[in-house]
Amino acid sequence: MADIALKSSGKSVPREVGAWERLKTNHNWLSAWFMLPAAAFLVLFLAYPLGLGVWLSFTDAKIGRSGVFIGSENYEWLWDDSIFWLSVFNTLLYTIVASAIKFAVGLYLALLLNENLPFKAILRAVVLIPFIVPTVLSAIAFWWIYDSQFSIVSWTLRHLGLISSNIDFLGDVWNARWAVIFANIWRGVPFVAITLLAGLQTVSPSLYEAATIDGASNWQRFRYITYPLLTPIIAVVMTFSVLFTFTDFQLIWVLTRGGPVNATQLMATLSYQRAIIAGQLGEGAAISTAMIPFLLAAILISWFGLQRRKWQQGESND
Amino acid sequence: MTYFTRRTLVKGGTAAAAAGALAGPALLDWTKAWAQAAPWKPEKGAQLSILRWKYFVQSEDDAFVALMDSFTKATGVKVTIARESYEDVQPKASVAANTGAGPDLFWGLYSLPHLFPQKCLDVTDVADYLGKKYGGWVPTAVTYGKGTGSKWIAIPVCYAGNLLNYRLEASKKAGFSKFPTTTDELLAYAKAMKAQGTPGGMALGHASGDGNAWVYWCLWAFGGNVVDKSDKVIISSPETEKALNYAKALYENYIPGTASWNDSFNNKAFLGGEVHWTNNGISIYVAAQNDATKKQIAEDMDHALWPVGPVGHPTEFHLMFPLIAMTYTKYPQASKALMAYMLEADQFNKWLTASKGYLTHCLNAYDTNPVWTADKKTTPFRDVAKRTLTAGGLGSVGEKAASAIADFVVLDMFAAVCTGREDAKGAIKIADRQLRRIYR
Repeated sequence: MADIALKSSGKSVPREVGAWERLKTNHNWLSAWFMLPAAAFLVLFLAYPLGLGVWLSFTDAKIGRSGVFIGSENYEWLWDDSIFWLSVFNTLLYTIVASAIKFAVGLYLALLLNENLPFKAILRAVVLIPFIVPTVLSAIAFWWIYDSQFSIVSWTLRHLGLISSNIDFLGDVWNARWAVIFANIWRGVPFVAITLLAGLQTVSPSLYEAATIDGASNWQRFRYITYPLLTPIIAVVMTFSVLFTFTDFQLIWVLTRGGPVNATQLMATLSYQRAIIAGQLGEGAAISTAMIPFLLAAILISWFGLQRRKWQQGESND
Repeated sequence: MTYFTRRTLVKGGTAAAAAGALAGPALLDWTKAWAQAAPWKPEKGAQLSILRWKYFVQSEDDAFVALMDSFTKATGVKVTIARESYEDVQPKASVAANTGAGPDLFWGLYSLPHLFPQKCLDVTDVADYLGKKYGGWVPTAVTYGKGTGSKWIAIPVCYAGNLLNYRLEASKKAGFSKFPTTTDELLAYAKAMKAQGTPGGMALGHASGDGNAWVYWCLWAFGGNVVDKSDKVIISSPETEKALNYAKALYENYIPGTASWNDSFNNKAFLGGEVHWTNNGISIYVAAQNDATKKQIAEDMDHALWPVGPVGHPTEFHLMFPLIAMTYTKYPQASKALMAYMLEADQFNKWLTASKGYLTHCLNAYDTNPVWTADKKTTPFRDVAKRTLTAGGLGSVGEKAASAIADFVVLDMFAAVCTGREDAKGAIKIADRQLRRIYR
């Protein structure tokens, strides 16, 4: 060591330190190095496919054959496509109705489960079952429940003498829409309920005690203690819930394949049908890309909903 | 070319005995002799992989596996079989064609070879060999095999017939001792069947097989067409309108719920005794025969060819299953040998019999296969290759026809009118726009 030190100090010109050397040891760059694997992962598996999807939407690519750039032709075509707009309407209806009901039922369930019930742990586990069952399996169960000839619901009602013929669950336009929305709600409620329950458990009981002493009613306690403290988790849960619902595919594909006459065709299913089944990759990509603004809007709304409460960042509330 | 050693013969013998169908020295002699006489000598060390559509009748697949085994025994070429749902074969084949890697052979649907004709091995010699030996190909098979070109790019192995399935007693009670042979009679039949509480129905949901089969039949029966000979869209016509109005009248006499039916709905409704006539492959009948509790349905049902409409000739639409070999295969000779071997009488007859009528041959000589006469109820399926039209109707059988079928353009047009969502003119307008896009 000493030799090396002597030798180097003996030189008249100090050793050149390359840019690479600096980068390797610079503390400011260190964090960038540590982030590199994560960034590479995100670029490779998220940004690249997303970018590729957007690029494909500007081409006339077919399955197994790369296309040429055709500008916004796919979008112009979709603009005048009644089936596309029907799928937008269906998707919005599906998302808004299902998410709203999932929230209402989920919150109600969460409040119930937060009470001191007998067999509390078992009840909480049971509530999760619809969420645990693989979507395709539950969709197949619903497929039988909604069957036009063998529906258990129709059968029961017929034997009770309440209806004379089977209910056409999936063959009638509005029946089909409500049927798939119901199936989605059934599947999505546990996620909302259990997550909100987790939020409820973080609310300090002393707040409720103080409110009770002040003579607050049940409603007042919910409105002025539970609800405000639950808002951040509601924002997160609803963002996820809306995203999951908006991009739902399996349930629809198993139950109706978008039928009858595209009455339950969502943007996701239409995109798959056009891109993969019919081979029009470019057009399918355009439909997928058209989903992005809606999803961004959903994320931004909840993002600003979260940001509104400054106390979350450790400041006092306005 | 691999010759037999004592060891391979012993091994082959046990495998054949296990397979149950191939034992016997005579057969082994035949396969061996075939391999030596055939014009295609597999490359040294050749191995093949084939991706096929997933079977609907188990015994058909068993016979297919046995057939591949016997090919291996005859030639020493090992064959690996992969199966995909029949809608998924095409995307995989397209990707393989594009990337130049994947299975050597694909056995898929309709237009498969015409999506990438330049990537399909020229199999004209195989087609000519088989055509000459077995009484010639039916005309639609030639269209699927060659398209508009002069070379065969696929071997049209078989059709899967989609015909009318009906209950005998209920039909008789409704006054029909014979299934209707014209569209007018069919409408009267549907009305009579509904009136006596034994309705039928055909799928109007996104049912790739059954749904497309009946709406294309209906469109063509009234003289409607998607495109003309030069692929120009001509869907917008009075004939199409007539077809739609007829379908609506028919639909009003269906059992409720057909707008939601996918391919399997009518099978279970027919087997459940809820539906008394529908369109399907032979799989309902086979399932009824195989289930002890459904024997009575098997006895009380039969199959009928599609009624003929005002155009005056059959306008049926059956599923074609063409087999292609890819140009990238390292073993073109082995691929061709396999294609020829599959359709040789000693192999194909057994396979056809095992498929119980699900598959129909495209080579005229196989009309005499006993499967078509042993059970009279399978006889109508014998003629489907001669009665079918091709995907695309008057137009080409290529990618555009495949896209239009896969995107359910015609099916949705019919469903929209039948369910009352659109009138005939409105539905035609929507379909016309979509078709112009596909055929641009």
